[in-house]
Amino acid sequence: MMEQWAKQLIIVPILLPLLTGALLILFSERHHKLKLTISLISTLFNLGAAIFLLKLTDSEYWANGVGVYLAANWIAPFGIALVADRLAVLMLLLTASLGLVVLCYSSARWGRIGVHYYSLIQFLFMGLNGAFLTGDLFNLFVFFEVTLAASYGLLLHGYNRTRIRAGMQYIVINLVCSFFFLIAVALVYAAVGTLNMADIAASLPAIKPQSRQLLEVGAAILVVTFLTKSAIWPLCFWLPTTYSAASPPVAAMLVLVTKVGIYAVLRLSTLVFSEAAGSSESFGQTVLLWGGLVTIAFGLVGVFASQELGRLVGYSAIVSSGTLLAAISFGQPSLTSAALFYLMSSTLVIGAFMLLNELIERIRTPAAAMIALTMEAFAVEDEPQESAGVATPAAMVFLGLAFVGCSLVMTGLPPLSGFMAKFGLFHALLDEHSNISLGYSVWALIALVVISGLAGTIALMRFGVRTFWAVDISTPPLLRASEVASVFLLLMLCVLMTVGAGPLTHYLDRTAASLHTPQLYIERVLTQDAVSGRGEIP
Amino acid sequence: MEAILAISIGILFGSGTWLILRPRTFQVITGLLLLSYAVNLFIFLMGRAVINKAPLTVNGAVDPTLYADPLPQALVLTAIVIGFASTALYLVVLLASRGLTGTDHVDGKEPTK
Repeated sequence: MMEQWAKQLIIVPILLPLLTGALLILFSERHHKLKLTISLISTLFNLGAAIFLLKLTDSEYWANGVGVYLAANWIAPFGIALVADRLAVLMLLLTASLGLVVLCYSSARWGRIGVHYYSLIQFLFMGLNGAFLTGDLFNLFVFFEVTLAASYGLLLHGYNRTRIRAGMQYIVINLVCSFFFLIAVALVYAAVGTLNMADIAASLPAIKPQSRQLLEVGAAILVVTFLTKSAIWPLCFWLPTTYSAASPPVAAMLVLVTKVGIYAVLRLSTLVFSEAAGSSESFGQTVLLWGGLVTIAFGLVGVFASQELGRLVGYSAIVSSGTLLAAISFGQPSLTSAALFYLMSSTLVIGAFMLLNELIERIRTPAAAMIALTMEAFAVEDEPQESAGVATPAAMVFLGLAFVGCSLVMTGLPPLSGFMAKFGLFHALLDEHSNISLGYSVWALIALVVISGLAGTIALMRFGVRTFWAVDISTPPLLRASEVASVFLLLMLCVLMTVGAGPLTHYLDRTAASLHTPQLYIERVLTQDAVSGRGEIP
Repeated sequence: MEAILAISIGILFGSGTWLILRPRTFQVITGLLLLSYAVNLFIFLMGRAVINKAPLTVNGAVDPTLYADPLPQALVLTAIVIGFASTALYLVVLLASRGLTGTDHVDGKEPTK
């Protein structure tokens, strides 16, 4: 019996949010508590499923650590296969944890305004989980569209002029992106005659030269769509506007949407363009590397230039995308493992910052912000004021500490997970036992990552000084327990990543190792037997 | 036949690209529609252009050259539905923006001269 349920577990992260979202539509907006409770319970189950799947993939339960679910019982190249390997499950876990925090945060205010907020969030989870689990290129497109459709709705949530404007640009960019995705899928199908990712990888070595060209064109267009989502320069101009316009919990979830792009690039480059791919081996890696480097440079200039915290965090998201893409492009297991650590840490902290942004806004009344800006512009010296020890309200203490904590992780200063992540990257880059030759690109990457950390430190310090040490904070901001708890929870997850860095790094090493031996994945997907009518494997 | 189809896809795609780069939302949405036609035709053609052949086979061994490839036809159906739905959503946002800002410029305000 247990066996039977474990087999069905892979589809749970997709079905559960879908059903919950559909169920929530039925209740009217007056039952806010009920809606919130249902979505919290469902997301908790999702988290449970993700943890359980993580245990299963990391044990000997499935051969090669890859679980395959044949939807509608059609064997792999013909039907749609869902594949749970270590990377996919890790992303599921990340989605569920961030999702839970975001739900908790929205319970105070954002869930109450507007309609169908909780349903849209659940559909967003469904799209993200599906994109991570699917083993089929066209199915990936469908789940991308589910994610995007939900994100369009969520971006417009709270409906004002800025959001509509940002939403219009976001929707057009993503629609055009989807068209490119479709063209790419069609080209790949024309070249290989299959859309199952494992099957594409398996048939690539023996493909005819003219078809190989077609496939490479298709793959290039495909990667352009992924890179637009993950905001590589010059396809990233939509990101800061969109992030700063979206309501904070939505912006925190949108961070994950950029990571889907990174995930897809990582999956495609390790699975299809591996060593077995013949002349297509490491296709497009130079573009990824230099694109990533330029993206970091662009992002750090943006970080310097931003005045609002929302935009600053948006540019930091661009920096982190650039770092990840550049790290992935080397195609080395040790570096991929370090990049995955960086991915988790940066996702959590950017999410936390998006939430914190709104809370910090509450202490910055528009007038105070204006004065601070003008003073900086005209270089007015502050009158030194007599300070006789004013009691600091608890809310301010929390905001200050949370801001410092988030800044430490974001800029990669010790002792939190951001530091571990960057240290891991440098270690993997400079490790003499790895196959990375110490060329210009390695040093450029290291230099840019260091400078981006410095830029982040300076920009955040400037913002922090102007906000927390501002002359006049007359009324302490009102923070609700759920809001404080969710920011705290995200920071605690970063602390947990730091404390548990040992086991986590080992898991990520295993993830990277299995990513870089795609034969195991291909073999598992293509040899999975269908279940016969009586529930036994024939 | 391939040439005609290729040229028409090219014209559709080119006009669509031109239109989505225009500043008015109505032009943009028309451009998006043209692009989606071009893309759908393109997917359809990737199953090779054939005339008067059934996409379904009967049971047993058959000669695949006698049949059209059914997969792109299935893909194109999904693509049409998804593209149509997202374009409809964009139409709603377009109207909302027109109502809120009083202009149909994509930036939400008339360009200053």
